[in-house]
Amino acid sequence: MKIARMSPVEMNLEARFDAYVAEEKKIEPKDWMPDAYRKTLIRQISQHAHSEIVGMLPEGNWISRAPSLKRKAILLAKVQDEAGHGLYLYSAAETLGVTRDQMLQDLHAGKAKYSSIFNYPTLTWADMGAVGWLVDGAAIMNQVPLCKCSYGPYARAMVRVCKEESFHQRQGFQVMLNLAQGTPEQKAMAQDALNRWWWPSLMMFGPSDADSPHSAQSMKWNIKRFSNDELRQRFVDMTVPQAELLGLTLPDPDLKWNEARGHYDFGAINWDEFYNVIKGNGPCNKERLGARVKAYNDGAWVRDAANAYATKEATRQKNANASTHAA
Amino acid sequence: MTDAQHFAAVLRLGDDALVLGQRLSAWCGHGPILEEDIALSNIALDLIGQARNLFTLASKLENQGRDEDALAYFRSDLEFQNHLLVEQPNGHFGDTVVRQMFFSAFALDRYTFLARQTANADVAGIAAKAVKELHYHWEHAAQWVIRLGDGTPESHQKVQDSVDHLWAYTGELFMPDDVDTACAEAGLMPDLHELQGTWRDKVVACLERATLRVPEEGWSHRGGKQGVHSEHLSYMLAEMQVLPRTYPDATW
Ligand SMILES: [Fe+2]
Ligand SMILES: [Fe+2]
Ligand SMILES: [Fe+2]
Repeated sequence: MKIARMSPVEMNLEARFDAYVAEEKKIEPKDWMPDAYRKTLIRQISQHAHSEIVGMLPEGNWISRAPSLKRKAILLAKVQDEAGHGLYLYSAAETLGVTRDQMLQDLHAGKAKYSSIFNYPTLTWADMGAVGWLVDGAAIMNQVPLCKCSYGPYARAMVRVCKEESFHQRQGFQVMLNLAQGTPEQKAMAQDALNRWWWPSLMMFGPSDADSPHSAQSMKWNIKRFSNDELRQRFVDMTVPQAELLGLTLPDPDLKWNEARGHYDFGAINWDEFYNVIKGNGPCNKERLGARVKAYNDGAWVRDAANAYATKEATRQKNANASTHAA
Repeated sequence: MTDAQHFAAVLRLGDDALVLGQRLSAWCGHGPILEEDIALSNIALDLIGQARNLFTLASKLENQGRDEDALAYFRSDLEFQNHLLVEQPNGHFGDTVVRQMFFSAFALDRYTFLARQTANADVAGIAAKAVKELHYHWEHAAQWVIRLGDGTPESHQKVQDSVDHLWAYTGELFMPDDVDTACAEAGLMPDLHELQGTWRDKVVACLERATLRVPEEGWSHRGGKQGVHSEHLSYMLAEMQVLPRTYPDATW
């Protein structure tokens, strides 16, 4: 095993870095940073970017079947926003010295992860409501603290992302509300979607703190601010009254207000399912990754053409300039 | 121009916009680069927005209580009057941008006229906004046709095939029927023969910059405006209309 020894200069740098971060100052791309900090950020930001673009697929599934032109436009704009989030995040990761193409290769090879929630299917229109309300809602819980993350480009990307995510969440809730107040079939559709998305949404916060390998160091670096369990609890507390407003039932018989804690208690999460979905055994893992790989491979000739054209244009430009200067 | 012809003219504009918007929206999540997922979705959103405005206006002209969604979701393929070009499948990216380039060149000129005519002020208002959008649609598509045509040997061949295949769907854009003729006489719609000349100039210039061969004039497929479509439209509508037709009492 190789042990990286730090020179006195590096030790000094690292101490200064830690102090700087502790003062809530932002690290910028050209600043010195520990290797592990850089790696952690690349892993986290690229995983986040991948989640945005893989996340386009389950909702993209309903664009063609949206039940009104207004809903179609709203959904399409939402999925387009997610593409934009992917772009901001890939750009933020690129400031750390990786290329978008490398990150995509890692995704396609199964080396990089994306949020497991997107391996669940969207079976009815009500899923567009449940996903917006719960999945974007959980994402906001996770992401608002990242707006203050110590890495400047990531923090700034998250500010833009979070603004749009809160729109998505409200739109999702509105879809649910329309269904919950609609015909009996619509209400059943809404309840069914809630039944399927509730537990996977709680899993989005990640394993319990005791089982979360990267948490402590990320906290120290001001990349992470709250524990997975804290955020999950906040999400439950926020969502229960919203479900009541909708007149829908959360699929958890153990859910009840705990006066002493000042929080809702909730039932045990099925972590076996969680780890299985991560491992590739979710209902749609193959489809999701397959769709990304197909888009990438099918698009190769287009990207090649754009590069070839850009090279030709640059040469033509250079030659044109040369002849003007000669004249 | 009868009231029915006036209504049909506006409805057809909406049908072209909706059908093409529906087609383009299928790229969202599947484009060759992320920037194109965004660009094609933008164009799709513009077109769906145009369709909504046009259907709402058509609904007002018809005055039968059919709103934008009734017109979009409760007409069969026999009642849709879009051009055959816009319902052609997305195919590969080259097929999509060639279809878009052919259509946007036409739509831009058509809407430029509509924005200026005085026969119907509502149409002029909708068109004025659409013209700005269509400029971008045309630029975007033409740039891609040029990149692909003048890119690699593979892309050149692929996009030439797209041009050759889709060319036969462009003639219909300029074949006036009774509705077109009556509305042109009333000053509402442009004279299609006049549009054809400027369309050809623009498209030929684009193809030449793309180092692509301009196909020879030949047979043109026709029938969309009369409700006689290619096999593709019925499938598209079946998918698009499934929810409102399954739950006719529901609002969403
Ligand atoms: Fe997100
Ligand atoms: Fe997002
Ligand atoms: Fe979102």
